[in-house]
Amino acid sequence: MAVNSTPSSLTSKLRVYALDGAVVGAAYLGTTPVFALAEGVLAFAGEEPLRVEAHKGVLLSLAADARSILSGGDDGRVMRTRGDGSTEVVFEQKGRWIDQVAVGADAVAFSAGKTAHFLPAKGEMKTLAVPSTVGGLAFAPKGTRLAVAHYGGVTLWFPNAQAKPEFLEWKGSHRGVAFSPDMRFVVTTMQEAALHGWRLSDGGHMRMSGYPARVKSMVFTAGGKFLATSGSNEAILWPFASKDGPMGKQPSMLAPRDVRVSCVAAHPKDEVIAVGFEDGMAMLVRISDGAEILARAPDASPVSAMAWRADGGALCIGTESGSAGVLVL
Amino acid sequence: MPDAQSSKIPVTVLTGYLGAGKTTLLNRILSEPHGKKFAVVVNEFGEIGIDNDLVVGADEEVFEMNNGCICCTVRGDLIRIIDGLLKRKDGFDGIIVETTGLADPAPVAQTFFVDETVGAKTALDAVVTVADAKWLKDRLKDAPEAKNQIAFADVILLNKTDLVSEAELKDVELRIRAINPFARIHRTQRSDIAIDKVLGQGAFDLDRIQAIDPDFLEAGHKHFHDEDMRSVSFTSDAPLDPDKFFPWIQELTQREGPNILRSKGILAFKNDPDRFVFQGVHMILDGDHQRPWKADEPKLSRIVFIGRKLDVPALEKGFRACVA
Repeated sequence: MAVNSTPSSLTSKLRVYALDGAVVGAAYLGTTPVFALAEGVLAFAGEEPLRVEAHKGVLLSLAADARSILSGGDDGRVMRTRGDGSTEVVFEQKGRWIDQVAVGADAVAFSAGKTAHFLPAKGEMKTLAVPSTVGGLAFAPKGTRLAVAHYGGVTLWFPNAQAKPEFLEWKGSHRGVAFSPDMRFVVTTMQEAALHGWRLSDGGHMRMSGYPARVKSMVFTAGGKFLATSGSNEAILWPFASKDGPMGKQPSMLAPRDVRVSCVAAHPKDEVIAVGFEDGMAMLVRISDGAEILARAPDASPVSAMAWRADGGALCIGTESGSAGVLVL
Repeated sequence: MPDAQSSKIPVTVLTGYLGAGKTTLLNRILSEPHGKKFAVVVNEFGEIGIDNDLVVGADEEVFEMNNGCICCTVRGDLIRIIDGLLKRKDGFDGIIVETTGLADPAPVAQTFFVDETVGAKTALDAVVTVADAKWLKDRLKDAPEAKNQIAFADVILLNKTDLVSEAELKDVELRIRAINPFARIHRTQRSDIAIDKVLGQGAFDLDRIQAIDPDFLEAGHKHFHDEDMRSVSFTSDAPLDPDKFFPWIQELTQREGPNILRSKGILAFKNDPDRFVFQGVHMILDGDHQRPWKADEPKLSRIVFIGRKLDVPALEKGFRACVA
């Protein structure tokens, strides 16, 4: 654990935006930071500020690649928004909520209630019904495989294959899901204050617990050596470099404070994470030695979303009060 | 009431056996000219919904929390729906959750105590049960769900009173009282009731626990003794020892949690000028010092359990052993 006196600060370089709604997601479209607001608006914080009304209602879920943002709303729509602000309805089911969205290499996925949908760039949409509402959706880093989290475990779905979906069982409600970059592990955030993981080679279980609160944010660091998470008074980093993953190992704890971590975002290239707290403070932390740089001063509103530019040269930070910032390094 | 409490969105849980008049009540609540805006969580889209209100369909997905307690069930779909509703900028004056006729109200109620995000922004206001005055007696015999709904209720609408005689009504009220001594019972026809008798009850608000009326407890039990589901109450003039009471109630609700549906108490501890109030839903307990005992108020400790297969002598012995 690092012992730091006053961390160095970049707060003077933070460009501040006052958005009129809670930030629920953030992404970069090319070099333009985009904040997703709860009431369905995507706020582009580029040279020319732009507001795109993606949903007539609450924006419930967001995923992005370099070219477009995919969002799901309680208006029953899945929308694709591009860098020029143009939007396209990808899917619509009136009266339903689009709880989850995910973006893959040549496909997108989304869910409404218990049904997961897979829509390839070319080809027909496929659907999969799971036993309970989909809590999380994630594409495998390579190939076409989807992890669908729900009550009682995770279903691994191969939409392009005839093979029956695989089921990874673990009692409880699974809400977020991620593949490790090397595709050896699948990890979920649970309704309980814990994570659960499976080693795909043999279905071995990993129970990662000890959190004081439910984990709402998790991300694998560049290279996949660590899984960084929120939910405690410091960023918790579980080691995933060895073949057993974190089994039998202690996590690293970075940026300890007396305030809970609400959001984490991994630098795309270096072993650095951005750590956002419930009081609005955000820090950049180097994993190797725990060195901290202050990115955003606390203002009492929880950091709710952060995203790095693809080259790692900039970070955008959004909060529940709608105060947002962009830091160019 | 502290601001933190009052700024939370109140949630009313509406239960009732099939055909009792739940949907009629819901339509009444929504169509009264109260100028309030509600979000309504229903299980089937029926013919409800006023322009101003938002109606959301739910899947009634009940799951056990993975904490080793089998009675600690919650509604996973409700957690997600409320998360989504709380993101709406314009907000609501209240949320009404309608359960299916066969549902156990406990998982809905427990959802509001178990999930941190939901608990931080919403507060369970009351469980309202609509009961059919003509058929409730039969349902209490053959439908455990109907019994759960009565046992769990804070407010009971004894509906369709026009279909039964006064004597039959009194009889069914006594049967309700044998199971549930706290609920406020309102006689209604076609679910016609003033909205302020159903909403804004603060039944789970510790500050609003006033008294546990002993008359009701006695009245019902004299006439009907339902071995399966009942309530029991004990009192003590002698002050209790908190170091004995808390371990006892915690161990009891952990062990007997699945059988104890609701519990409530107003307690006088030794050398403590304040009333201590608590209430529980299965194994989830919530308690706090409420206010000083008034000079003219007898420092009487009273505790009530509503549940199944209650071992009354053992409960009484346990409670008596808490005397300081």
